[in-house]
Amino acid sequence: MIEISNLGKQYASGFVALDNISLSVKKGEILALLGPNGAGKTTLISSVCGIVNPTSGSVTVGGFDIIKDYRKTRSLIGLVPQELTTDAFETPWDNLTFSRGLFGLPKNPQVVEKVLKDLSLWDKKDDRIMTLSGGMKRRLLIAKALVHEPQVLFLDEPTAGVDVALRQDMWRMVDELRNQGVTIVLTTHYIEEAEAIADRIGVISGGKLLLVEDKGTLMARMGQKQLKVELMDTLEALPKVLEKQGFCLADDGLSVVYHYDKDAEEIDIGGLLQAVTSAGLGVKDIHTQQSSLEEIFVDLVEDAA
Amino acid sequence: MNLRAMWAIYSFEMSRTKRTVTQSIVSPVLSTVLYFVVFGGAIGSRIEEVGGISYGAFIVPGLIMLSIMTQSLSNASFGIYFPRFSGTIYEVLSAPVSFWEATVGYVGAAATKSLIIGLIILATAGFFVPIQIAHPFWMLAFLILTTITFSLFGFLIGIWADGFEKLQLIPLLVVTPMVFLGGAFYSIDMLPSAWQTVTMFNPVVYLISGFRWSFYEISDVSVGVSLGMVMLFMGICLVLIGWIFKTGYRLKQ
Repeated sequence: MIEISNLGKQYASGFVALDNISLSVKKGEILALLGPNGAGKTTLISSVCGIVNPTSGSVTVGGFDIIKDYRKTRSLIGLVPQELTTDAFETPWDNLTFSRGLFGLPKNPQVVEKVLKDLSLWDKKDDRIMTLSGGMKRRLLIAKALVHEPQVLFLDEPTAGVDVALRQDMWRMVDELRNQGVTIVLTTHYIEEAEAIADRIGVISGGKLLLVEDKGTLMARMGQKQLKVELMDTLEALPKVLEKQGFCLADDGLSVVYHYDKDAEEIDIGGLLQAVTSAGLGVKDIHTQQSSLEEIFVDLVEDAA
Repeated sequence: MNLRAMWAIYSFEMSRTKRTVTQSIVSPVLSTVLYFVVFGGAIGSRIEEVGGISYGAFIVPGLIMLSIMTQSLSNASFGIYFPRFSGTIYEVLSAPVSFWEATVGYVGAAATKSLIIGLIILATAGFFVPIQIAHPFWMLAFLILTTITFSLFGFLIGIWADGFEKLQLIPLLVVTPMVFLGGAFYSIDMLPSAWQTVTMFNPVVYLISGFRWSFYEISDVSVGVSLGMVMLFMGICLVLIGWIFKTGYRLKQ
């Protein structure tokens, strides 16, 4: 559905925002682009949508070139920007009617009504947009992208600054759209989000696409957890019993650490703790920690180097 | 051609006008009435006729031009600047809309609004002074060409400006003096001859002169030259907009 080849973007200042990115997105799949702030996620999306002029490479959407056949490609695409860029004085109803018009579609009150209802904005349809809450504005932006019935939807950090309930609504909505056959590309810096909804995950950092992999494969790499038991007293050497259990001693000797796979089914945390206490060690505190995106990035960048 | 998109942008801009009817329509009319009271009534009664026309009637075309030029500039520049400032421009840029279509929508709405204001001022003026329009067709032609040209110019300013200050800079510091010194309130031959020469470099002189000719058949320069100047100015604006279209200047990164 989307074919990006050797796409590059260098700003006039010399800053390289996209470095030779090639990526293909299949019809009907959900691709999550993970990456820290400033990685180039938004620039990538903006290039495909026609907001940023790429300096090299090419992109086709639905088989059409985004520059030569921009009308065809843009008609296929719905874009939900990261910033809450809404009008202030218009009403959601007028705004959605405007969006349809921009995409060259005839007025269709049924579609506008359905989109407003789907996004729980129906009772706000005649209110001024400036009176809506942040979450409602976010939903309005999604409504604007959906009201012209796109086949490809770009969601740029759809859940940034969104509460838990709304985030789950959004995930549900993405799922429904997938069932309708809509191809979805979303950016995020939350692993859980990618995990919850994506089929494939791409990792971007410093304008480079470090990898694109199936969710399962990547999650296995990301799924490391560690149990850290802080001790009352400094330990010189790790007792043999604990070493057999799989513990290792932290460099400062103040804690013992146990690594495990987060999806492993039978992790007996209680038993592990008991082993620590029965080895005669005083427990001060315990933490469990999942390997973070940042650590994965470091790993990835190191692997690439 | 995405006619629906042009219409969507046009109606979006026109609904902004409807929403701000006091600021958009009432205030220019009020300020024009004030000009009539001061220049036409209080001072004008002590000024002799200009070219056989009472001073009050003489300034009507100039006043209308003054209003439509400043209104076209401010409407069109704000119309495109504000979406850039708020970020909502992303939707127009990512829609299947060509830059020309967007320009027609934005500029068309700004020009329509100025045209309405110009006609309202003309009607208002009729209450204060007797007005005759010798060439209604040319009167309308000059009015429409000027609103479109200055709306195009305003559109350019709105794209060029990267802050509210710049948005005001050219209208206040360049255009307003040019309009005031362009013979809105006097005939060019009332100036000392050295200044008459300087004035000939002011493009606004040609617009006001041609427009006044359509009312009273008196003009500072020939009508053909006036018409040529409007077209030239419009042509320059269109070329600049075409360049922006090619490069995405200040719109796309």
